[in-house]
Amino acid sequence: MADPTGPTLRLTPDEQAMLDGEQGDGIAMAMRVVVGLARVHEAPRLVEIESAHIDGCLFHGQSGLDFAARLVELGATVRVPTTLNVGSIDLLHPGTVRNQTPAEQEVSLGGRALMEAYLAMGARATWTCAPYQLDARPGLGVNVAWAESNAIAFCNSVLGARTDRYGDFLDICAAITGRAPFAGLHTDEARRGDVLVDVSAIPDRVLLGDLAGPLLGYLVGSHVGTANPVLVGMPPETSEDTLKAFGAAAASSGGVAMFHVVGVTPEAATVDIAFGGRPPAQTVTLTSDDLVRARRELTTASDDHLDVVSVGTPHASSDEIASLAGLLADGPEIASGVDFYVSTGRSVWALAQERGHAQVLEAHGIRVVTDTCTYVTSILRPQARVAMTNSGKWAHYAPGNLGVDVVMASLGECVESARAGRVVIDDDELR
Amino acid sequence: MTTSSADTPSRMPLSAVALHAGRASGTVLHLDTPLSFWGGTDHDGTIIDAHHPQRGQSVTGRVLVMRAGRGSSSSSYVLAEQLRQQCGPAAIVLAERDAIVVLGAIVARELYGSDMPVALVTDDDLATLPTGLTVTVDCSTEAASITSTP
Repeated sequence: MADPTGPTLRLTPDEQAMLDGEQGDGIAMAMRVVVGLARVHEAPRLVEIESAHIDGCLFHGQSGLDFAARLVELGATVRVPTTLNVGSIDLLHPGTVRNQTPAEQEVSLGGRALMEAYLAMGARATWTCAPYQLDARPGLGVNVAWAESNAIAFCNSVLGARTDRYGDFLDICAAITGRAPFAGLHTDEARRGDVLVDVSAIPDRVLLGDLAGPLLGYLVGSHVGTANPVLVGMPPETSEDTLKAFGAAAASSGGVAMFHVVGVTPEAATVDIAFGGRPPAQTVTLTSDDLVRARRELTTASDDHLDVVSVGTPHASSDEIASLAGLLADGPEIASGVDFYVSTGRSVWALAQERGHAQVLEAHGIRVVTDTCTYVTSILRPQARVAMTNSGKWAHYAPGNLGVDVVMASLGECVESARAGRVVIDDDELR
Repeated sequence: MTTSSADTPSRMPLSAVALHAGRASGTVLHLDTPLSFWGGTDHDGTIIDAHHPQRGQSVTGRVLVMRAGRGSSSSSYVLAEQLRQQCGPAAIVLAERDAIVVLGAIVARELYGSDMPVALVTDDDLATLPTGLTVTVDCSTEAASITSTP
């Protein structure tokens, strides 16, 4: 058998002790996974991480549950502050996730057991894909191990903390060992911009609207794939919610894990800094016409029929909940044929209850989903055929995951359409 | 199933890098484009990606030869799930350092004692492994090798 650490990876005495089982069998198992991945990446060493965000708590099958249960059985616990991504069920709102078919029951049972296993290892019951909306956020230059593609993009790009593209299995092993391979986006080299994207031809009014994030993200992700885009021309007051929507869409349509917005994100004070002094490999110019085209490409529905509205992917922020409450406050009720969902984190929802926004939403028949999301588990009624969303990520995945047609719209259009009981959109919003 | 005739390449044995230890023999299934296990294969090991040239073929027990995996990190999960149900490949040969594929193999070893090796070869050597060739992938040492088995 080959030396499992390989010829190039150097471990500290503490790391070697973990690998050798001196700190327990659970830690040794987690370290074997981290070291195995470090070898694949040809990492010269491991890096200490200060927090972790775990995506492995969404049920995909028995192996995920077996993995978490084995770690629990071996006594593993997380050694850094660890947040949890969405699970397969809504623990706060029983009945939200459907539980009729055998497949749904398997997900419900397995999903609950999986969520409990991650809690048993000491992770926080945050159950959100937007851990950057929680109290403690990692700062500029801090190494972390985050999973979930939108959280990874936000962490690297908006917070300036450093994580590579982690996912199921590796995420919890990093949390247990407090280590990750020193590779990928932990290194300065991998964080530099590759492609310059000029959006200055698009009016600021449009760029500050809530369709700019998802539509630009979709366009840029489709174009750059896994490269790092650098946006120029975004207004300095661009909100975190726009950056969230941009990153989520770009990570879905492409594989973007790091982007820069010149004058907005922390590693992009200037174009030159964002590119690390190198010239862009390529320059792309986007216009309002491109935004209109992006909306058409993301929209698969062909008429104005509407069954469902789903907003809050990634999980709605407090500001987004407040905007929705504001739009709903004075006006007609939601049409009876339309189910209107908002997905959010339980901590943001608790704040919305304190601020009175939750009560406004509930009074207007909005269905809140916490702890999970409307596109990863069985929530929509099976008869639903057409769904409207303000999320580029939801629009990207829902046709495949849920078998529904999608209409991409702004939050205002979502409310207006839900009231009308049919699709009401206006491309002039994009010009 | 169509299999291309397999002239034994003159460069055998191929030298390879062990991305994940193990040793296995089987018949090559050479994929023309990268495969995402998640969404691209079912839990029984059949390729279901509608756009994949090898759609409908089974990876079960085969030496799966492809440049790289593709797509979501949930592919690790699906590969581990196939190995749990003994529907996975016998071995995987790649031309890129694909962490998602290796992670699935590591997890299947930890949980189910799977012995599926993952080997890294050059692009040129990858092309010398046509569908239908019977090979042994030996990643039991760091300097791994792929030999054709008559």
